[in-house]
Amino acid sequence: MMREFLTGGLLHGLLGEAQSSVWMPPEASTFASDMDPLFYFILYLCAFFFVLLMGATLWFSLKYREKTPGQRTSPIKHNGRLEFLWSAIPTVLLVVIFAWGQKGFVSLATPPADALDVRVTGQKWNWTIDYPGLNKSCGPTSVTDPVTGLQGLQTDFYVPAGQPVKLTISATDVLHSFYIPAFRLKRDAVPDRYTGYWFTADEPGVYDLFCAEYCGQQHSEMRGRVHVLTDLEWRAFLKSSRCPTLNPDADDYGEKLYEANCKTCHTVDGSPKVGPSFKGIWGKTESLADGSTVVVDDNYVRESLRNPNAKIVAGFAPGMSVFDSGKLDDRAVNALIDFIKSLGEGGDIK
Amino acid sequence: MATTTVEGALAGAAHDHREPSYIQASSGLKAWLFTIDHKRIGMMYLASVWTFFFIAGALALLFRLELLTPNLDLLLHLVGGENAAMIHAKALDLYNKLFTLHGGLMVFAFIVPSIPASLGNFFLPLMLGAKDVAFPKLNLASYYLYVIGASVVVYAILGAGLDTGWTFYTPYSTTTGTAVTTATLGVFIMGFSSILTGLNFIVTIHKMRAPGMTWNRMPLFLWAIYATSVIQILATPVLAITLLLLVMERTLGIGIFDPAMGGDPVLFQHFFWFYSHPAVYIMILPAFGVISEIIAVHSKKHIFGYWAIAISSVAIAIISFLVWGHHMFVSGQSEFAAVLFSFLTFAVAVPTAIKVFSWVATLYKGSISFTTPMLYGLMFLFTFTIGGLTGIFLGALAVDVHLHDTYFVVAHFHYVMMGGTVVAFLGGIHHWWPKMTGRMYPETLGKICSVIIFIGFNLTFFPQFIAGTQGMPRRYATYVDQYTIYHELSTVGSLILGVGLFIVAIYLLVSMFKGKQASDNPWGGASLEWATQSPPIEHNFHDTPHVDTDPYNFPNIDRSASIGHH
Ligand code: HEC
Ligand SMILES: [Cu+2]
Ligand SMILES: [Cu+2]
Repeated sequence: MMREFLTGGLLHGLLGEAQSSVWMPPEASTFASDMDPLFYFILYLCAFFFVLLMGATLWFSLKYREKTPGQRTSPIKHNGRLEFLWSAIPTVLLVVIFAWGQKGFVSLATPPADALDVRVTGQKWNWTIDYPGLNKSCGPTSVTDPVTGLQGLQTDFYVPAGQPVKLTISATDVLHSFYIPAFRLKRDAVPDRYTGYWFTADEPGVYDLFCAEYCGQQHSEMRGRVHVLTDLEWRAFLKSSRCPTLNPDADDYGEKLYEANCKTCHTVDGSPKVGPSFKGIWGKTESLADGSTVVVDDNYVRESLRNPNAKIVAGFAPGMSVFDSGKLDDRAVNALIDFIKSLGEGGDIK
Repeated sequence: MATTTVEGALAGAAHDHREPSYIQASSGLKAWLFTIDHKRIGMMYLASVWTFFFIAGALALLFRLELLTPNLDLLLHLVGGENAAMIHAKALDLYNKLFTLHGGLMVFAFIVPSIPASLGNFFLPLMLGAKDVAFPKLNLASYYLYVIGASVVVYAILGAGLDTGWTFYTPYSTTTGTAVTTATLGVFIMGFSSILTGLNFIVTIHKMRAPGMTWNRMPLFLWAIYATSVIQILATPVLAITLLLLVMERTLGIGIFDPAMGGDPVLFQHFFWFYSHPAVYIMILPAFGVISEIIAVHSKKHIFGYWAIAISSVAIAIISFLVWGHHMFVSGQSEFAAVLFSFLTFAVAVPTAIKVFSWVATLYKGSISFTTPMLYGLMFLFTFTIGGLTGIFLGALAVDVHLHDTYFVVAHFHYVMMGGTVVAFLGGIHHWWPKMTGRMYPETLGKICSVIIFIGFNLTFFPQFIAGTQGMPRRYATYVDQYTIYHELSTVGSLILGVGLFIVAIYLLVSMFKGKQASDNPWGGASLEWATQSPPIEHNFHDTPHVDTDPYNFPNIDRSASIGHH
């Protein structure tokens, strides 16, 4: 363990790709291969200075420990040359680290012209990944946790190996951060703003995808998987039925929209989650947090989407994401209303 | 009026008649609650900040136990709900509230006031040779502002819950249904306490130094407190304004940070870190001061590089205002800004490095006694150096893109805040305990506990560095399996750490009543606080002390040799 610990970086270089070390997860992008040497450079440098300092501390403390009471001590108060050296040497090293670090960082802002465009949108608590022009959109899919047996959502993100990919990242509600440890990359997803980075994945395989900016209840479950595909797999993916863009003409359009956008917070089986269940709410008289009531109808559902904090259902905390017309157009809103309607009417108005 | 000449540690014996100490001067609860004696206020702060430290620490133990396994378990048993999914969701919410309360209390109710408000209050006038701080009543007012503010925060979090993290990032904080408004009010009030204390200390240092106490004869602890106070006065108002804007947005619906109302979500982070980065130095500079005192006194040697240490505190205070953007490298700020902030961040590393080198050099040819305070001093050199060095990784832009918001950051700031500030605070408390209480703590038990704390601390936080480089994001209630081993080590470490700290608290409390009587100057210190009796009399000194030498002029120093002397 100890040897591996210290030589993690060197071994890593020898053993080849996508191999993880004690310090670093698998390395699967060109950025990762550029950045890891800097990480190890700083690591070894720090280890060197740490050993130097602690060695001196230990040596001095043992050698000059109080052996007789009133032991004489040296009158040294300072030493100009020594002080100059230990200011100047760290300064030079830090400038080198700075320059190296900024070079890699700045390169993230200039994607190659042939990069594949991908849009990433974060919402509480999953990601939607759109491939403009390729007719694909990877929304969250339901997965059952093998340990807890609970249903959760997971995003699958497919990228071709060896081809530059440019991400345009944004969010619909609060801050999130699109983090792929194997690529050593993250960038915050900010509402109402586009951020992004580009990468070239170079090692086919499946890697973790995390949300790295705290975003509320299910922050730690806002996870997914990144599939780096070989050329062949990528072409197969493009032809496959995986990640279809939603078809507004299909009968299950409303249901699909529900799954992609509302399922993290609303169930259809009557049990409340982050928000009320959709089962049987249509036509129901809902009591609101401010004491008034409202009947669940077309206008109310529409308002809940466009301006969710206008009316807060009693017993629930505000916190629903805003769905503006860019996210759900009129047709989508109508389809969602029809879907909610199809789940049955509330008992109290007949 | 006679003046006492304080020459090294030889003074103090000048008076053989003992007067009642500040503790005996008057008694009763009221005499404490309405006291304007800086020493009593210091002791009240000490009791309060440690209370919050233990509450916040206990919360940390609770969620560390939860993190022992990748999935939720412990917290599931603490919440109720109609079905498994509900219970799961509520446990997630509980986790978020726990880490928010832990961070909020630790930062605002413990670390910010910790050393300056307790040890600073107690020793600043003593070390200056003054009778009290410049504005004793204001000092008491700051204490009560602190207590009120901290109580409001606790009330907000326990009452309605707060789940934003201590950073209150928008737009989450403007949309969540929890008690953000009340909690920010509490932090706002504590901010005022901080500003008033800072002001008080600066005026005291400028105006109330004893005759002969020139700036270059001021103990380094005071230089550190001085630099800290400057930051408190300049930075804290920005926090107040930020929180006010946040409250205005939430209550009046004025769009400032929330994009849904036409605000700018990243603006909040600029405001917030403009305070909170300098605040990091409010938290660590006083610790530097304590360490300078401990290392010099317990190795009986003149501190190495007095001016370098003093001036680097001031340099850090100034540069600390220019580096806030390094918390935001991946927030979407411009590349130019990120590069500039990275550069300035490295600039702040240099004065910090100089300090560490100077402390190590102070040990050279000293007469080192391994007392409990000194063990904490040496522990500080170890843990703080790791904390400082790991900051270099985060300052390097390309590396930070990977490490930002992971456990690497969590480990880094715990090495700085806990391995730095808390360790120095513990060292300072032991160093000055005889002076503050007139009693000795149990030395052997003290040493044993410092070793337990050292082991527990490193076991808790070192594995987190690796979890972080492996990609484990922070503020996660559940995690993927490959991180289990780091969390297991960390949880075991935190329990050891908790036990160590708990024993320290117990023996200190007991020693207050049962401890061996302390002499006036048990360590042979040469600064003024050692020249009065233990515990000091109400007005600190019988006669105004007169200073004619610097505070590190120990009798042990071999004046016949003349190396490096000028
Ligand atoms: C981040 C969680 C979240 C998401 C995602 C979400 N909602 Fe909500 N929703 C809530 C919460 C919380 C409430 C209750 C508080 C309130 O009224 O705003 C709510 C309330 C509602 C209500 C009012 C229900 C009632 O009983 O009166 C409707 C209708 C609604 N949501 C529709 C939707 C639709 C449609 C979607 C998907 C397009 C969606 N929500 C996505 C959290 C969410
Ligand atoms: Cu998120
Ligand atoms: Cu998140």
